[in-house]
Amino acid sequence: MAKRDVPEINAGSMADIAFLLLIFFLVTTTMDVDTGISRKLPEKQPEDMPEPPKLKEKNVFIVTVNRNNDILVEGETFMTIDKIREEALKFIDNGGGDGKPGEDGTPGAPCDYCEGERSPSSSDHPNKAIISVQSDRGTDYGTYIEVQNELLKAYTVLRNRLSQQRYGIAYSELEKRYKDSRGTEKDDLKKKVEDIKTSFPQIISDAEPTS
Amino acid sequence: MSKFKKKKKGMPAVNTASLPDIVFMLLFFFMVTTTMRETSLQIEAPRLPSATEIKKLEHKSLVSTIYVGKAKDEKYGTAYNRIQLNDKIATPEDVPSFILRAREEVSEGEIPFMTTSIKADKESSVGTITDIRIKLRDVNALKLSYSTQTGADN
Repeated sequence: MAKRDVPEINAGSMADIAFLLLIFFLVTTTMDVDTGISRKLPEKQPEDMPEPPKLKEKNVFIVTVNRNNDILVEGETFMTIDKIREEALKFIDNGGGDGKPGEDGTPGAPCDYCEGERSPSSSDHPNKAIISVQSDRGTDYGTYIEVQNELLKAYTVLRNRLSQQRYGIAYSELEKRYKDSRGTEKDDLKKKVEDIKTSFPQIISDAEPTS
Repeated sequence: MSKFKKKKKGMPAVNTASLPDIVFMLLFFFMVTTTMRETSLQIEAPRLPSATEIKKLEHKSLVSTIYVGKAKDEKYGTAYNRIQLNDKIATPEDVPSFILRAREEVSEGEIPFMTTSIKADKESSVGTITDIRIKLRDVNALKLSYSTQTGADN
């Protein structure tokens, strides 16, 4: 009858052991979601490419960052980082002329949703307005990202405004809802998102850096 | 008096028998979610710049990461412009083969959705990033993400 005498194993310290392991995994876990500024690179152009069409100077907003991280806008005004957004916003939202002609040959219409100064010396239409960032090889990456971020912010402000006017909801919210939606609602929201996107397309080009 | 004495016996001990179960549950959760870093950093952990207009990178298996920063090993100098691919310090010339190798691991249909994430230090220079960008363009890896921290909105 030895069986009867087998003592129960004391499981009191099990919790301690489990806690120890738990703490180890807690500490080593990194739940980092990789976030970043996303960018689509232009495709490589063949060498025998025909000359690209000349752009009107007034439709290009040039931001230059030199090797000392100084920022120069339109080749003449030095600027601190927080002013860029305002300037870019003014430039994109100017709407001084006609937009790009449609793909089906319809002539470009003036921007009816712009609220800018409509000055003839600034951009014609948001879909013609190009922001060109010209950086130096020695520019700090941090400054470069800051500039990109400010420019993107200008677009966000404008898109939010238009979305608020047209659909009564901020663009960021609209995008979020589009992601979460299903079925017919999704198609509907997609149309709205596309509409805002094409009204204020993000055209930011990176010029080859000077050395 | 006896009534009072009874009260003084105090509260019964809380039954902790289910504590290990709870702890184990948590433990398994963390064990499953933990991902050990696949590559060991040869450069000092880059201090990412912060930005607000950011997007989350989805589908981790489709993301290949390029690190740029200061090498831990002093023989590579102290500039913040060393590039790390996989486990090695590399040059921009190695970027195309790195991308092509990453492509072999995914199915053909997913290749256009592959993203390259550049984790570069604040003090890296734009020139290095541009070199990488040109190489990426050569192999048609056009989706790019500049990895940043979430900054304060102003």
